[in-house]
Amino acid sequence: MQPAETAIAFRAVSYQVRNGREVLHDVTFEIPSGEILVLLGRSGSGKTTALKLVNRLLEPSHGEIVVHGRPTRDWDTIPLRRHTGYAIQEVGLFPHYRVGRNIALLPEIENWPKERIAERVKELLKLVGLDPEIAERYPHQLSGGQRQRVGVARALAADPPILLMDEPFGALDPLTRADLQHEFLSLQQKLNKTVLFVTHDVREALLLGTRIALLEAGRLVACQSRHAFLHSSDALVRRYLETLGEISEKRGPA
Amino acid sequence: MNFWDFMRQNKIEVASLALEHLWMVGLSTLLAVAIGIPLGILITRKPRFHKPVIATANVIQTIPSLALFGFLLPTPWFGDRAGRIAILALMLYALLPLIRNTYTGIKSVDPGVVEAARGMGLTDRQLLFKVELPLAASVILAGIRIAVVISVGLATIAAAVGAGGLGELIFRGLAMVNNSVILAGAVPAAIMALLADVLLGWLERRLAPPRAA
Repeated sequence: MQPAETAIAFRAVSYQVRNGREVLHDVTFEIPSGEILVLLGRSGSGKTTALKLVNRLLEPSHGEIVVHGRPTRDWDTIPLRRHTGYAIQEVGLFPHYRVGRNIALLPEIENWPKERIAERVKELLKLVGLDPEIAERYPHQLSGGQRQRVGVARALAADPPILLMDEPFGALDPLTRADLQHEFLSLQQKLNKTVLFVTHDVREALLLGTRIALLEAGRLVACQSRHAFLHSSDALVRRYLETLGEISEKRGPA
Repeated sequence: MNFWDFMRQNKIEVASLALEHLWMVGLSTLLAVAIGIPLGILITRKPRFHKPVIATANVIQTIPSLALFGFLLPTPWFGDRAGRIAILALMLYALLPLIRNTYTGIKSVDPGVVEAARGMGLTDRQLLFKVELPLAASVILAGIRIAVVISVGLATIAAAVGAGGLGELIFRGLAMVNNSVILAGAVPAAIMALLADVLLGWLERRLAPPRAA
């Protein structure tokens, strides 16, 4: 194995909460550089926990996570987090900053020159399909879809090689979500980031994932390519896949 | 002699007592801000200090003001001058609203915003100064506003230990059984409290984070 080609590796990772309940149990998988790995699972399966272990919002109880060849515990949290862009369902835009400043905050903290920051903000807004003039607005003046786009732009601001995304399109209506999913896919092909993407939506997983890792009650059930996942014989995987055709099968043609 | 005549004839004295009053309230509030806000921040960071700090501030709040002024009389240095006692006592009373509002203000920042800020790699200090304090500012200011309004009223009692201020006129009026003199202390104090309330209320709204109308 060449560590340079593996962006993120989970090695026998377990995570226990304080009362002893095990949220993750002995999870091992790898994400090669430039791939989108989707962590699929129902609520409470531990997928968000797994994501937070990567940028050390949480620390593993056992095992280790290796980011670009270095175990996370050997990283300082701050450079590690600036190395891994973070976008979440709640978005968490700073309500007291305009959109432009939201995106510019990290480059500002990293002391980029002013002109380069202004340029970067414009570039990113265009990249996520927004009019750069939106930079002057406050987050509360945006629609849900615009907020999510700004969230992704902010996660990309300091050009991190890795993106961690926790249901970033989860709170959107199905049409806007589909738009964002497709745009995100073409964006990723352009930027070639390594992405760890958490979702409970099997459709989204199949659309976005180079590979899909299925978590159930803290255990990794499967981690395979989209193709292998679609043809898996695993009972749980089949159940997820069955939900895709459920409506037309059960209710018949309208 | 009616209230207006008294005010007209004693305007210099009333004005200087009002200034003294303002000075006691202003200085004690500044000290309370300097101590209360950092304490409020501390207990958001170290939860084990939360209970003892809030409990202490609560207990201080329950001491009757006249008693507190009395208790402080024999303390070294403070006891030497009545003004010092007054400022210390007023500062102690102002602590609770400041600590509590700082804590509540920071704790009520949207957890999604805090998580996003941490996840993007802000240091604890950057999180505090760029995100939490700006978003908590209006709640903290509401605490300052409560503290000031209470202080203006409480400071009238400081005259009981000889600290001066508008309470001086109130106590004198009580001794003389003269309502005009009482009012000469009470009315300016009430006006001062109202003005402070309006001014700080305006500032509080200015500092509130923008949100949907």
